[in-house]
Amino acid sequence: MEELSWTGSFASTLIPAIMIAFAIFLIGIILQLVMGFFASEVKLQSNTDGTLKSRGGLQGQLEKINTQLFMLIVLIGAAIIVVSWFMPYGKAGILGEIIKRFMPVWIALIVTFAVSIFFKRKLGLYGKLFDSTIGMIGFALVMFWVFTSIFVGFFDLIATHDPLQQISGIKNKTPGFLVPDGQEANFFPHYLLGGDNLARDIFSRVVHGSVIVMLIAPLATVFAFMVGITLGLPAGYYGGKLDTILSFLANLILAFPVILLFYLLVTPEIVATGLPNYMGAFLFIFPLIFCGVLINSRYKTQGKKNILYLSIVLVPLALIYLMVISDNASPLVIWPSKLDFITIPSGILVVFVSVVFVNSPTVFRIVRGLALDIKTRDYVAAAQTRGEGTWYIMLWEILPNARGPLIVDFCLRIGYTTILLGTLGFFGLGLPPESPDWGSTINEGRKLLLIYAHPALPPAMALLSLVLGLNLLADGLREESLKD
Amino acid sequence: MGLFILRRLGVMVLTAICLTFIVFWLTNLYPKLEVLAKTQGNFRMSDEAVISYLGNRGYTQALPVKYGQWLGVVPGYIIEGSDGEIRSKCERNSPPTDETPTFCGIIQGNWGFSTVAKEDVADVLPTRLGNTGKLMFWVLMVMVPGALIIGVLAGMREGSRTDRSLSTVSIIATATPEYVSGVILIALFATPLFGMQYFKGTATSAMDNITFNNFFLPVMTIAIYGMGYIARMTRASMTEIMTAQYVRTARLKGVSFANIVIKHALRNALIAPFTVIMLQVPWLLNGVVIVETLFNYKGFGWELVRAASNNDIEMLLGVSVISVIVVLMTQLISDIGYVFLNPRIRIS
Repeated sequence: MEELSWTGSFASTLIPAIMIAFAIFLIGIILQLVMGFFASEVKLQSNTDGTLKSRGGLQGQLEKINTQLFMLIVLIGAAIIVVSWFMPYGKAGILGEIIKRFMPVWIALIVTFAVSIFFKRKLGLYGKLFDSTIGMIGFALVMFWVFTSIFVGFFDLIATHDPLQQISGIKNKTPGFLVPDGQEANFFPHYLLGGDNLARDIFSRVVHGSVIVMLIAPLATVFAFMVGITLGLPAGYYGGKLDTILSFLANLILAFPVILLFYLLVTPEIVATGLPNYMGAFLFIFPLIFCGVLINSRYKTQGKKNILYLSIVLVPLALIYLMVISDNASPLVIWPSKLDFITIPSGILVVFVSVVFVNSPTVFRIVRGLALDIKTRDYVAAAQTRGEGTWYIMLWEILPNARGPLIVDFCLRIGYTTILLGTLGFFGLGLPPESPDWGSTINEGRKLLLIYAHPALPPAMALLSLVLGLNLLADGLREESLKD
Repeated sequence: MGLFILRRLGVMVLTAICLTFIVFWLTNLYPKLEVLAKTQGNFRMSDEAVISYLGNRGYTQALPVKYGQWLGVVPGYIIEGSDGEIRSKCERNSPPTDETPTFCGIIQGNWGFSTVAKEDVADVLPTRLGNTGKLMFWVLMVMVPGALIIGVLAGMREGSRTDRSLSTVSIIATATPEYVSGVILIALFATPLFGMQYFKGTATSAMDNITFNNFFLPVMTIAIYGMGYIARMTRASMTEIMTAQYVRTARLKGVSFANIVIKHALRNALIAPFTVIMLQVPWLLNGVVIVETLFNYKGFGWELVRAASNNDIEMLLGVSVISVIVVLMTQLISDIGYVFLNPRIRIS
């Protein structure tokens, strides 16, 4: 066994090929950009049989070549993935081995895409996403990390080592470093992306970090939306005093510099006072209120059904709520500890609560604006004339019609939450310092950045790719939903 | 207009009071005071010693009273301590004299004493703010023209290839938070890893002498994240203007495309980005904190981190007062500027 090089035996064949193709592709794109400034506007012209004429001239040619080049790049990339799978260990270099480690993710991605594209006409907005290239790229990036977190979190597949395991002698070593002898038989023989300053495997830490992000970011965004919707709809619909007070409070939180707020809230001393638990108790009640009102406003004329549905939804939710907020280690104990099956570590709870707290005022403002706009529509007037209750109008007339912008904002907001989580980690707040989340890993890496740059780069790129994926996905969704 | 500004100012003052009170409350929670006492006194203090230490220095008074003293509407404390010494707030915990003023809060211009820097907050903050001001200036100089050019170019022909490429670039920029772009830029341009070691990875020397070499990376790190957002807003406003009636009329009259963009569309298209740029300034504050920590540049954000991690109460309050003022002032300027630039909007 020897150290791995970056590209292994691809170094002389496929890697140069894909590099050259990519360089030409980039030049082509830039050429197109420059020519676009001077060229006259494109007018689509049709043939006599109704099909569109292909664009002639230099620009049309360039466009064609670039499309083909892009296909070529994708093909070579696929070839690298397939070929490296059949190579013996160590032949394919670091890149090849990383690709191999992600094999379950590739399979899951291919299956998802194949199924979705096959049925895309039957899948509504989700299916339409597969009409836009940008949306597809974004979706692929997001699903890559979703699948990674699933396979790492549930099946323990992708990571090569334990994220906390230290092996002496690999401190700050460069990617592809050989683990010294004397380990157990099945031990993975290399540190694929090198070791950090505590001699832990960076690759394993990055893939384990995705689990933490995927656990917190989407859920925190859902909670922020519940809070924002439950408060924003009445504020926009009723207006008046309620609106003034709620808007003032929202602006108050928004005027706080986020980092100052984090530094004040996310500290061990604040956790000791139990403040996060009380804030959690306040913020986590909103999903209950939301679901309760949602069902009650719809079925309140059908007594039996109403009680049935309410109890199906609210009883489990209330139990989870009580178990989550009640914590024996904190001052807030309202549920017998023997029945308390869910205990969130205080570090995660405070991070979660503060992220929800920072996000919900923005959601509130968006929902309020949408409600202000939609409440003047005719169908709302029709519902008012029918004598529907105000909550019915808000939740079953206004909310469904505001779904487009809300779905787009939801994607963007998960990305923003991911950035916030990274910020918390970057300043070493909340999560324990050895936690493999991307922010903490960047924080660890940045301290020696000028001497050893390799530990900080992989988590930074991972975070960038996930947030980029979410932004592209939101862009694709916005484009497709505007086409309706 | 005058009434509008007055009302906005009233809301501003109310917001500032609420926010500083929240900061005051959070920094004065007992566990935090306990840490403060132990770091200021000694780490092996017993619980009673902590209580008497805090009591002698006025920390155990009721929260509204303490806040009033800090603000300068309640007379500063004069406490005869359990160790027999008399301490007064207005004399920095030495015995009061005849000239000691009754009120010594922020209204009287007394910003308090930083327990970490061992200096007056009012002495520390101006230098820090000056450093950050330089950083902000260069960031705005790079960010605003860059973002406007990208946005206008992308928005003038909606759906064209230029538009798509530039929009993708701005999406990538908005997806790159400062700590990611900073790390990537440093690794690329300040370490020998990629063989492109052109710039310095720290900005410590930039506090005395700004050069292209030591200031390029921090400025770019902040500018990239903000640029994407402003560019997207400019693009949106530009595409909207380009479909307006008067642009169509100009086109039908046969005005050349360049003339339409520069003479007709541009002026109106830049109204909306103005608001966005002003509202972006508070966001820059976040970027400043991250970048100053990353590049070890001793500015406002660096001071915030130092004060917050050491629970330096009065420094932290000073920092939050300034940031709250910055946030609220930019909101006010953006509102007034919007009305001023856009004569169609009248506020009665």
